[in-house]
Amino acid sequence: MDPKERLKIPRQKMPEQSPQERVKNFKEVPLGLTPDLAKKEAQRCLQCKKAVCVAGCPVEVNIPAFVRLISEGDFVGAAKELKKTNSLPAICGRVCPQETQCEWLCTLGKKYKPVAIGALERFAADYERETGKVEIPKVAPPTGKKVAVVGSGPAGLTVAGDLIKLGHQVTVFEALHKTGGVLVYGIPEFRLPKTIVQAEVDYVEKLGVEIKTSFVVGKLWTIDELFEEGYHAVFIGTGAGLPNFMHIPGENLNGIYSANEYLTRSNLMKAYNFPESDTPIFSGKNVAVLGGGNTAMDSVRTSLRLGADNAYIVYRRSKAEMPARIEEIHHAEQEGVQFHFLTTPIKYNGNQDGWVTSMECLRMELGEPDASGRRRPVPIEGSNFTMQVDTVVVAIGNSSNPLIPQTTPGLQVNKWGNILADEDTMKTSREGVWAGGDIVTGGATVILAAGAGKTAAKDMHRYLMSL
Amino acid sequence: MYEILELKKLAPQINLLKLHLPLITQRAKAGQFVVLRIHEEGERIPMSITDLDPESGILTIIFQEVGKTTAQLATLKKGGFLADVVGPLGIPTHVENYGYCVCVGGGIGIAPIHFVAKALKAAGNRVISIIGARSKNLLILEQEMRELSDELHISTDDGSYGHHGFVTDILTELLSHEPKPDFIMAVGPVIMMRAVCGVTGPHGIPTLVSLNPIMVDATGMCGACRVTVGGKTKFACVDGPDFDGHQVDFDELIKRQAMYQRQEKMAMERWERMCQAGSKGGAA
Repeated sequence: MDPKERLKIPRQKMPEQSPQERVKNFKEVPLGLTPDLAKKEAQRCLQCKKAVCVAGCPVEVNIPAFVRLISEGDFVGAAKELKKTNSLPAICGRVCPQETQCEWLCTLGKKYKPVAIGALERFAADYERETGKVEIPKVAPPTGKKVAVVGSGPAGLTVAGDLIKLGHQVTVFEALHKTGGVLVYGIPEFRLPKTIVQAEVDYVEKLGVEIKTSFVVGKLWTIDELFEEGYHAVFIGTGAGLPNFMHIPGENLNGIYSANEYLTRSNLMKAYNFPESDTPIFSGKNVAVLGGGNTAMDSVRTSLRLGADNAYIVYRRSKAEMPARIEEIHHAEQEGVQFHFLTTPIKYNGNQDGWVTSMECLRMELGEPDASGRRRPVPIEGSNFTMQVDTVVVAIGNSSNPLIPQTTPGLQVNKWGNILADEDTMKTSREGVWAGGDIVTGGATVILAAGAGKTAAKDMHRYLMSL
Repeated sequence: MYEILELKKLAPQINLLKLHLPLITQRAKAGQFVVLRIHEEGERIPMSITDLDPESGILTIIFQEVGKTTAQLATLKKGGFLADVVGPLGIPTHVENYGYCVCVGGGIGIAPIHFVAKALKAAGNRVISIIGARSKNLLILEQEMRELSDELHISTDDGSYGHHGFVTDILTELLSHEPKPDFIMAVGPVIMMRAVCGVTGPHGIPTLVSLNPIMVDATGMCGACRVTVGGKTKFACVDGPDFDGHQVDFDELIKRQAMYQRQEKMAMERWERMCQAGSKGGAA
């Protein structure tokens, strides 16, 4: 096909559940490309000699190569190409912020719409899984080396998968009763179905990885004790631990949740199914979610599905500064979420039983750029107003969980408590200990965590073979 | 899966549960807790540790039937299984030789105070214990508490046994003469812990309380268990569960504990209906 013909093909749209339908269920919103749509979309790729899109990918997936394989109808080949550098393509295809990464740099995007790289990634991985074509690769002969992976989120699963293939014995320690970390407790079913996460967990288990759930490293065994137990190397991928609050008056009133709690109740503990499931959740009628990231979008869309009449996003900056994926913002808008930009709460009011009833807010304006490069919100004096709310979800990020740093002498952390790790190797200040994912970067993305896992696994392998 | 070694009734609605948890029993200390789930759709519930034996690996929990999950747990039998048990969680109670300690336990709170009193005694303290319950038939661990305490005082709300009144009456009396205790630990209903702190506050005696707010993950991730201590928000699961009782906002804690009252009632009624239907089904 000549380039002119390629340019004539419009960007293919993934079919999805209608907004009216989907706010009544927790099923996944986008339904995935069909093979025909995927081939058509893949044909739009110009196969640039200098593939600029690759530079936008934190794990440098060979994007033109996998897209070409899809255009040729070799869907399983495309999935294999993806997995050379990305261990979790079905997940990343769904949750990566493609519009600020690969698709942002796509040559087509300069004049037309960029290739739907995320949708294609998802398609190839789903096709491979759904048709039962996921091959369990042969594992290298045993090296006799034991590795402990702490945390079973995207970073931990990646490290486990990579190191077991190289012949090391791997045990994953997970504090919760279910494997998958933020992928199962945080991201809702309507954005990332649990079956997809489970498939990734099954995959590493089939490779021979041992998984111990309900095991809190730092409480049951410390990192030092893992070495005493015969582990030769340890990877810490415990994620962003403690939810941040704003520390404003009334924040401990009933009905005010951290996003972690709200989402954990609904996702991991299936509170949406109460009383079939034992865990309750309070699903209010007027729900305000504070924040502008993906977690805020997940929370506000969950509140609609739990029966909110009014679901608000309250964000202190403007729409342009929102860190959420464009698709999530778009989906939230379609579903009827009401956005209050340039607004910040300063105080909660409650009733005599201790329930939140309203929230006093201030309007903001954007000032000079701050350290993050985004324009800093500044309160407008005298702009106070009150919002009636019965549920508030605070989704303003997480700090790191101190459990492991506190019990691991010599493990260096920065002033926010994040573990310090070398960017090129993910090695920490402790001999034999690597770390990656949110515990190192602070709240970031699945792909960055998986990428850190890949980097760490390489260096850990080198280290293990030198022992 | 975690096998139930023993499950028996100690008093109306109060049960003793023994589990084989070799790793946890090697690690756990007085004041810590575990979180368990009884089945795959179950909620995560924190349970104080009553006692443990590192040699046999047996951990003992005494629990009260206060809602659907604990009511269902009480119906399980020896040889049955729990879906998950995770622990030990929370920071252990700070135990040292304070000198003269008073341990106050109310209702089901006698179970955790028993473990703390034992540790305080082992650390060389003189331990006077005050335990109380609504009525004589609800009083647990009397024998055990008597054995490990230098002195044991008992109260019941209805006067059916020991002092007719509250544990705080006995505590007030104790504090009215010298020597004053060097350290007081209280575990029980929030109103009891609040009352104990009300008594000890004017004397300036350090008073530790063990808080039991609602929790989900219990490893610091969710913040459900936040409590206000000294004007600051703390997470009871990772910063506690023990706090300086004179700094705790008990009124807030009482309100937060009632957050799911409506749902808890609904779940309990549904469970009772299921039990009734089950027993009818069995008869037919």
